[in-house]
Order: sequence, then structure tokens, then C-alpha cells
Amino acid sequence: MDLGINVFEVFIYLVGFIAFAAANAAYLVWVERKGAAHIQRRTGPKEVGPYGLLQPLADGAKLMSKQFIIPEGVDRPLFLLAPIMTMVPAIMIFVTIPFSETILARDFNIGLLMILAFASVNVLALLMGGWASRNKYAVISAARVVSQNIAYEIPMLIIAITIVLITGSMNLTEIVAGQAGGILHWNLLPTNGNFLGPITFIIFFICSMAETNRAPFDLGEAESELIAGFHTEYSSMGFGLFFMGEYANIVIAAALTTILFLGGWYSPLPETIPYAGASSVAWFLVKMYLLIWMVVLIRWTYPRVTLWSLLNLSWKILIPFSLFNLLASAGLVKFLG
Amino acid sequence: MAGYFTNILGGAKSLVVGLSITQRQFFKKPITLQYPWESLEMTPRYRGHIQLIKNAESGTHQCISCGMCEKSCPSDCITIKGEKQEGVKGKVLVKYELDFTKCSLCGQCIANCKPGAIEFSREYNLASTRKEDFHYDLLKRLKEQK
Amino acid sequence: MSSQPLSQNQEYFELNLGPQHPATHGVLRVKLLMDGEYIVDAEPVLGYIHRMHELMGENRSWAQYLPNMGRLDYLSALSYNLGYVELVEKMAGIEVPERAEYIRVITTEMNRISSHLLWFGAFVLDLGGFTPLLYAFDDREQILDLLESVTGSRLTYCYYLFGGCYNDVEDDFLSGCLAFIKRMRTRLPMYHNLVTKNVILRQRLEGVGPVSAEMCRKYGATGPVLRGSGIHYDLRKNEPYSIYPELDFDVPVYPEGDSMARFMVRMDEMEQSMRIIEQAIAKIPEGPVMAEKVPKMIKPAAGDYYHAVEAARGTFAIRAVSDGKNQAYRMKLRSPTFSNLSLFQEASRGMLLADGLAFMGSLDLVIPEIDR
Repeated sequence: MDLGINVFEVFIYLVGFIAFAAANAAYLVWVERKGAAHIQRRTGPKEVGPYGLLQPLADGAKLMSKQFIIPEGVDRPLFLLAPIMTMVPAIMIFVTIPFSETILARDFNIGLLMILAFASVNVLALLMGGWASRNKYAVISAARVVSQNIAYEIPMLIIAITIVLITGSMNLTEIVAGQAGGILHWNLLPTNGNFLGPITFIIFFICSMAETNRAPFDLGEAESELIAGFHTEYSSMGFGLFFMGEYANIVIAAALTTILFLGGWYSPLPETIPYAGASSVAWFLVKMYLLIWMVVLIRWTYPRVTLWSLLNLSWKILIPFSLFNLLASAGLVKFLG
Repeated sequence: MAGYFTNILGGAKSLVVGLSITQRQFFKKPITLQYPWESLEMTPRYRGHIQLIKNAESGTHQCISCGMCEKSCPSDCITIKGEKQEGVKGKVLVKYELDFTKCSLCGQCIANCKPGAIEFSREYNLASTRKEDFHYDLLKRLKEQK
Repeated sequence: MSSQPLSQNQEYFELNLGPQHPATHGVLRVKLLMDGEYIVDAEPVLGYIHRMHELMGENRSWAQYLPNMGRLDYLSALSYNLGYVELVEKMAGIEVPERAEYIRVITTEMNRISSHLLWFGAFVLDLGGFTPLLYAFDDREQILDLLESVTGSRLTYCYYLFGGCYNDVEDDFLSGCLAFIKRMRTRLPMYHNLVTKNVILRQRLEGVGPVSAEMCRKYGATGPVLRGSGIHYDLRKNEPYSIYPELDFDVPVYPEGDSMARFMVRMDEMEQSMRIIEQAIAKIPEGPVMAEKVPKMIKPAAGDYYHAVEAARGTFAIRAVSDGKNQAYRMKLRSPTFSNLSLFQEASRGMLLADGLAFMGSLDLVIPEIDR
């Protein structure tokens, strides 16, 4: 009996996460295209369906109908494995993320560690994709991506450690629970013990954009220099998987930032106010999508950074600030008791 | 040391200013034209292919078949034939063909036309799959014109 | 310049910035020898769009050659028209009425602004910022509409004739230009806030591709490239033609010589062009726009004639050798971008690939003009 209910629940969550990841990947493309269009004073997709809402379905059908070309001389196992290795960890991470008190696949005590571990597999997948395609542009871009991702994982991990220090546990539900009670208790502000408050939020946000290879840190797929970077040689669903993996990673990064800094599913208003003060999955989604909108806006505003500025930013600015924050927060936590 | 922090602050400020500009533009109306559901009216001086001007009084063209347009065209687009007919002073235009695939819209033909018999038309959405569709017979076009 | 000994080195690999590439504006092939991300040697290979304009000059009469001038550098076609028309007027001794001169200057400067706007958009697009391109095209669209109402074309203009202009302009056009200038003066600060002051762009451009004044002289670079290296040389001031001596404007010069200096020169040139247009509109006289006696066949005396104008990209010069006939014996066109691009081989040694592309963008290349 017990086994039966568990299998059913597992199945529901499995289908739900894959559907959520796929729907997000598809409709974030729509959001990005419409957002980019209105920023640029044009209209974006409007023919396929009302306001272009069926455009992602048309794009998906088009991608699936193309021929998956495997060039001659590529390293076949790596070439075929790379897109899969981008997409699978992205979906696996959804297991650990709590969307509200009740919507949670598994309550891991090391949830945060699992997310960060799975996210690093993405680097390996991009390196494999770039190396296995027998293409000079792809190799250059793969090398850039590896150095970029290594440099930006470090401040991200240091800040994650700071949050763990403040909360005392790696359990994501407990991290969110520590931020209950309105906006003043969020990890965004120094009240909980996060010394540099909003600055760590910004650093974490920048690192998550760099980890997902999102403009202005998109050296890996710099369109105007290297054609398409590490996915130059991929067509049809190979490209589709890289594409979906990128958007799934963006959703995960936004969800993680919401959990760590913005109080997860708690409302910013105190709990006494009816309706607006109640915590629910709606607040989680609102915060997550606001962060995603910021990512889209930033992509369409700034030019691309150079390799040296990228590495300088990480090693000379983000890491010192986050290390300082770690020490200062430790002191503040001690002081706050 | 002081430069380190001022650099970071200055950089951050420029980034925020940029974001505010694009965010503001997001809320403005699009400036694009939804062609082909909406289309523009061409200005009077727009240069489409040439056509014979229909004189309001005589009801026909004013070409005297001097051939200056044919001679002055850099791309040999124009072919003219004029005949001497009885009872009519000067030559009568019999054939006026324009090969628009070679025309560069320079206007030399119109500039060199003494009686001012040709002008630029305002046709712009011409598309076809055959070259022959752009070999215009301007006399026929004049007769079909209102 | 053979790179034989370098390419034997096993450490280097050859990368083709091929004729089809999103960032080379036109069909330009650059053979790069790379050491990882660094450029060791760069060799531009030209000729993919050679259309034999100079040979056409020998087979067409002086008047029939006019449309070719618009096709050379299609982005600032009116400057090229102006150079050729003034050359022939010099040869044949034709006097141009004053109103025509003013119209020519106004339309040429509007064209210069539209060329710089397109350069601005495309340059930032190469660097990865997708949005300023569309804002620049919004402004450029207004210029193109204004010029279309006067000349009839949007890109490859053929508006000037020997002795004046094809047709007169209405007051609508002049007031439209003034309205455009007023709007543009509110847009330029936006471009500066969004792009020029942006820390990412500044890091991308400052110190990239330093070109000394000595190197510019050696390769014959002109235009904003030269003025970005500190040399104050603008044909509109140094060898004035048309009515430029009567107009009051500055020539922006920046001494640093890096890509940022060239960027700033062009942005400031847009503002100066707007000043020129305003003064010209205030001073434009009434009168005819064509000279009365223009010979039907132009048969200049045999000899060598030369005329140079300041196009948007540099010094455009024509040398026509005439032997008394209605056609040129030899028509030599000096393309400014050809000399500007020749800087690339020496300046790109040791640069990152991304910086190499930023450098090429700051040179403002239009390949059909190089290949003629």
C-alpha cells in the first residue's frame, strides 16, 4: 500500500517536472522574443496564434522535423552525449527545489549541495560538445566557456556557504523557513546576518548569469564572432536540447536565488494582511519570473564582455567581496546570537 | 585603493542607467509598420520605373522619338522605334520598350528628354518569377492607363 | 608579406574569418594565424565583390557614369556623387548656382549622419549589444524618408547633375530636417548613456588597437581613423570645396588612437554635421538649381584632373585622365576604406580575436567600396 502511493507520487512529480521544464523552456523563448521586440520598439511574433503564443510550438515542430546531421570525423559518443548531459541534470535539479511548503519532490538535507553539484555538470557537457565537433570555432568557444564557468562558480559557492552559515543547514526548506515574516527577514537584508545584504544578492545574480552562459557573459556562443560557438555543428534536436537546457538552467538559477535571498514562497508583506500576506506558491513564481525578466532585460541591453574583463570581474572583484562577506557575516551571526 | 571602489561604483551606475533606458523603451509603442496589412504611400518623387506621361489635352504622349533617352542610358535599357507617317510632322512613336532588369534609376533619360515626355512611376512592390515580366512596353501601359 | 616561417610552427593554427561571417561587413576574407585566442598574423584577402567600376569609367560617357558613384559606398552615396560631379564641373568649367550648392551640402551631411548611425548600430551589434542597432535604425529611417522625398531613392542616390541638382527641394524638406535635428539632439544623449558610458563597452574599446599617427601616415589612413590618432586633417577644412568655407563647424580630434577614440570621433561628427545643416538651412538663398548652359556632351581638354572630398569614411578622391573625348581615358577611384583596412595587418599582431573584431568595426569597413 505504502509503496503504491509513493510510486504514484513519484510519477506525478516526474511528469510534472519534465512538463514544467519543457513548458518553461518553450515559453521563456516567447517571453524573450516578445520582450526583446518591445525593448527594440517592434512587435515580435504575432502571426502564429494570438500574440504569437503558439510560436514556440511551431518552432519546436520545425526543429524536430530537421535532419540531425552528424558531421564526418566527429567523436561520435561525445557528440551525441553532450546535449543529453546538458538537459538531464537540469531536469534532475528540479527534484530538490521546493516550490512551496507542500510542493516538494524530496526534502533533502543537502539540497543546496546537490543543486550546485548538478549545475557543474553543465560545464562538462559544453566542453564535450565543443571538443567533439571537429570545428575550430567550437573548440575556441569551449575553452572560453570552461575558464568562465570555473571562475564564476567560486563566488557562487562562497555566497551559498554564507547563507548556509546564517541558516545553519543546507536544507532548502529550512533556508526558506528562516526568512519568514515579511521583507525585513529576507536574506536580502543584513537583518538575518548577511553582512553585505543586497550586494551579495547582486553578486549571486551575476554569477548565476555567467554560469548559464547568458549575455553579457555569452562568450561561449558569441554570435557575431564565432557564428554559434560550441553548438555550431548541432542541428535539429541536438541544438534544441542545448537551447532548452539553457532556459531550464535559467529557471533553476532564478529559483535558487529566490530561495536563498528573496524568502521563497513567503510574501513580502507581514502575515497579518489577508490574501496578500499569505505565503503560497504564487509568490514564489512571481519572484522567480521577475528575476527571469531581469535576465532577459540585461541580455538585450549590454554588449558582451571581453575575456579579460570577465576574469577580472570574477577574480578581482566578486571573490574578494564574497570572502569579506563570509567573514563579516560570521562575525555578525555571532553578534546577533 | 580608492580608485578600485570608484571604478566599481561608476561602472555599476552606468549599468543601471542603461537598464533604465531599455526598460523605458519597453513600454513605448512599436514603430514598425505591419506590412502587408498596412502599407505606405510613396512620395511624389519616388523613383519607380519610367512611364510615358499622358498629356491631358491631347490624350496621348508627347514623345517625339528623338532617341536621346536611348542614347543617354548607361545600361542600354531603352529601345525606341519611330516612323515617319504621312501627314504628320516629325516621327511617330511606334515602339517604346524598357528592360527594367538593367535599369539603375539614374534619371539620365528623363533629364535629357526635351519635350518632357517621360516621368518616374511610383510602383514599388513588383515581384515576379520571370524576367519577361519586367520588360515593359510603355506604349501599351500608356493606353491602359486612365 | 609571406607568413611562411610562422605557419610552419606547430603551435599556430589557421582560422578563416571567411567571406561569409556575421561581423565582416560585406564579403571580406581574413586569413588569421592564431595562437590559441591570440592573433599572430592577419592577411585580408579582397576581391570577392570586384565589379570593375574603374573599367566602366572608360566605357561610359561622363554623364552615364553618374549611377556608378552611388554604388561604390552605398551608405554615404551622396558624398561620392558630390566628388564626381565637382570633378567634372572643374574639368568643364561649369558654374553651379548657389542654391544648388547649399542643397548639395545639406543632403550630403544628412547622408553622413545616416552613414554614421548605421556604423554605430552595426558596431555595437558586433560587440554583442543587439538593441542600439534598432534605435539607430529608427533615426536613420527618418533621414531616409526625408531624402526619399527629395531624391527619390533611399540608398543608392543619383541626385546631382553637372551644373546643379536634379530637382528643387520644398520647404517641407527643410523644416523636416530641422525637426529631425531637434529630435536627434535628444536621442544622442540617450546613445551616450546607453552605450558610450557603459562600463562593459568602455572596457571593450579602450586601449584596443592603438594606432599611432606615424602608422596612419605610413598606410594613408584618413577620415575618423586619422582623426582618432590625433592628426587634425579634414578635407572640409584643409582643402575646402563647395560652400564649406562659409560654414562654421569644428572637427573632432581625439589623441589616444584606440578604438574608443575613433568611436568618439564619429559620434561627435554627427553633432557637427547637424550644426552644418542648421547653418546651411538658415542661409539657403532662392534661385535656380541648375546652371543655364550645360553642354550636352562634355569634352574636356586632354589632361589629368583630380578632386577629393571628405566622405563619411575618409578621403574619397578621383583622378580622371581625359583625352578630349566624351569618355574618360582612365578613371582612378581612391577608396578610403582600402587604406584604412591596410592598418589591420600590422595593428592586429598579438590581439585577441574579439579585440580584432572590435578593431575592424571601429575602422568602419564597407567592403564593396574596397573592391570597387
